[in-house]
Amino acid sequence: MDLTVNGERHNLQVDRERSLLSVLRNELELTGTKYGCGEGNCGACTVLIDGEPSQSCITSASAAAGREVTTIEGLERDGELHPVQQAFAEHSAFQCGYCTPGFIISTVGLLSRKPDPTDAEIRSGLNGNICRCGAYTRIIRAVKSAAAGAEGNAK
Amino acid sequence: MPSFDYAAPTSLAEAVKLMGSSGTVRAFAGGTDLIDQLKTNRRNADLVIDLKRIPELQKLEMGSDGLHIGAARSCSDVHHDATVNRLYGGLADATGLVGSVQIQNRAAVGGNVCNAAPSGDTTPNLLTHEAVAVITGPSGTRKIELADFFVGPGQTVLQSGEILQELILPKPPESSASAYLRFIPRNEMDIAVAGVSSFIHVDPATKTVRKARIALASVAPTPVRARGAESVLEGKVITEALIASAGDAAVESATPITDVRGSAEYRRELVRVLTRRTLSICLERIGISL
Ligand SMILES: Cc1cc2nc3c(=O)[nH]c(=O)nc-3n(C[C@H](O)[C@H](O)[C@H](O)COP(=O)(O)OP(=O)(O)OC[C@H]3O[C@@H](n4cnc5c(N)ncnc54)[C@H](O)[C@@H]3O)c2cc1C
Ligand code: FES
Ligand code: FES
Repeated sequence: MDLTVNGERHNLQVDRERSLLSVLRNELELTGTKYGCGEGNCGACTVLIDGEPSQSCITSASAAAGREVTTIEGLERDGELHPVQQAFAEHSAFQCGYCTPGFIISTVGLLSRKPDPTDAEIRSGLNGNICRCGAYTRIIRAVKSAAAGAEGNAK
Repeated sequence: MPSFDYAAPTSLAEAVKLMGSSGTVRAFAGGTDLIDQLKTNRRNADLVIDLKRIPELQKLEMGSDGLHIGAARSCSDVHHDATVNRLYGGLADATGLVGSVQIQNRAAVGGNVCNAAPSGDTTPNLLTHEAVAVITGPSGTRKIELADFFVGPGQTVLQSGEILQELILPKPPESSASAYLRFIPRNEMDIAVAGVSSFIHVDPATKTVRKARIALASVAPTPVRARGAESVLEGKVITEALIASAGDAAVESATPITDVRGSAEYRRELVRVLTRRTLSICLERIGISL
């Protein structure tokens, strides 16, 4: 199958029912995308498929074939962190960091639909991601600062 | 996960042909139910057919007979659609409640319907809008009322080789609205303890209810219409008292069980309250104050 990840096309010989998560981590060695629950509950495995946050653990790799997959590794540009990554780092929006790639990807998806979300919109926009360490307050702060930064750049 | 084959047809004809392959064949849209069912051996399959690349199944457009929703169209797309928000408010409510943002991006309304969970959040609203299910299989296409689609938990009238092609929701009249509410013990990501969708069409001058449709989730083996409550409302002038009696009548249509999520008695009480609340939201959406 042909899988396009972070702008790069890969021709892979894998079982067609393999989960996208397993192919990303084991075949492409993109281990930034995490395995949490494996059943669509926690969001650790979130990637963008054609720009939409989706859980790679319950998406078969075949369903993503021919579409644009973006993982956490694909956000930086020329060694510069993506503004959302930057904001999460600045606000230390994590403790152990296991949920962070998923939260960042979901935030990128949220801000592309709603560039200037309210607190309530941030909460509902990130409702598919769980932080076991409970860094939610800082996560929300980081999202707001990323949104403000993007607004600032646009002006 | 047990191994199975995978096909991604790009036309409906091709999909129907593949559905006739030997062994256990299952169509799927988002896979948010199916993949987990396969992983945990609650369902088996020799071949799964990804319906997401079939243009007919991605429809979301108003036709002369109503709104056509292709069976593989995602909950997110339906939730954000302007026509849905204007005319089918309860469907916008329900598609925004399914799982999380990520689930809604993958999951289809058609998948929610075909999964036939009594707790499926989109079904009650589709029932109140009197949706028609268009089913395609080896012997052609048939249309049935969605109300006749469900047989039991996880069971539908779909015969082997058949797929749900689309849902058609008749265009609602002026001065009507629908709403869906469910109760879960958390704010997000849980299965409805009970859910209620209401639709009412009210004469704006006399405030007489011309038509009422109420349907319930999670309180019977299949989604059910609360016909008693509908007839309490129809033909009467809408008042707080009438809304209260409709809530009481809706409880009569619920045959809930007691399980970890809630007792039968609690569920009946939820039906009463959610029926009243959804009716009030409908009135608010129509712009009628009592
Ligand atoms: C974390 C999580 C949270 C969830 N939360 C909710 C919730 O809040 N509310 C809720 O209602 N559901 C919830 N669900 C269940 C599920 O997401 C929904 O039922 C969803 O709408 C299913 O859509 P799908 O396209 O992914 O279905 P799929 O998994 O693709 O299919 C579901 C079933 O229908 C069959 N099928 C699908 N399409 C067709 C077709 N066109 N013709 C014939 N058969 C077909 C499949 O074979 C399968 O048996 C949740 C699931 C997860 C994993
Ligand atoms: S690992 Fe995919 S949602 Fe938890
Ligand atoms: S930082 Fe540990 S799970 Fe979120």
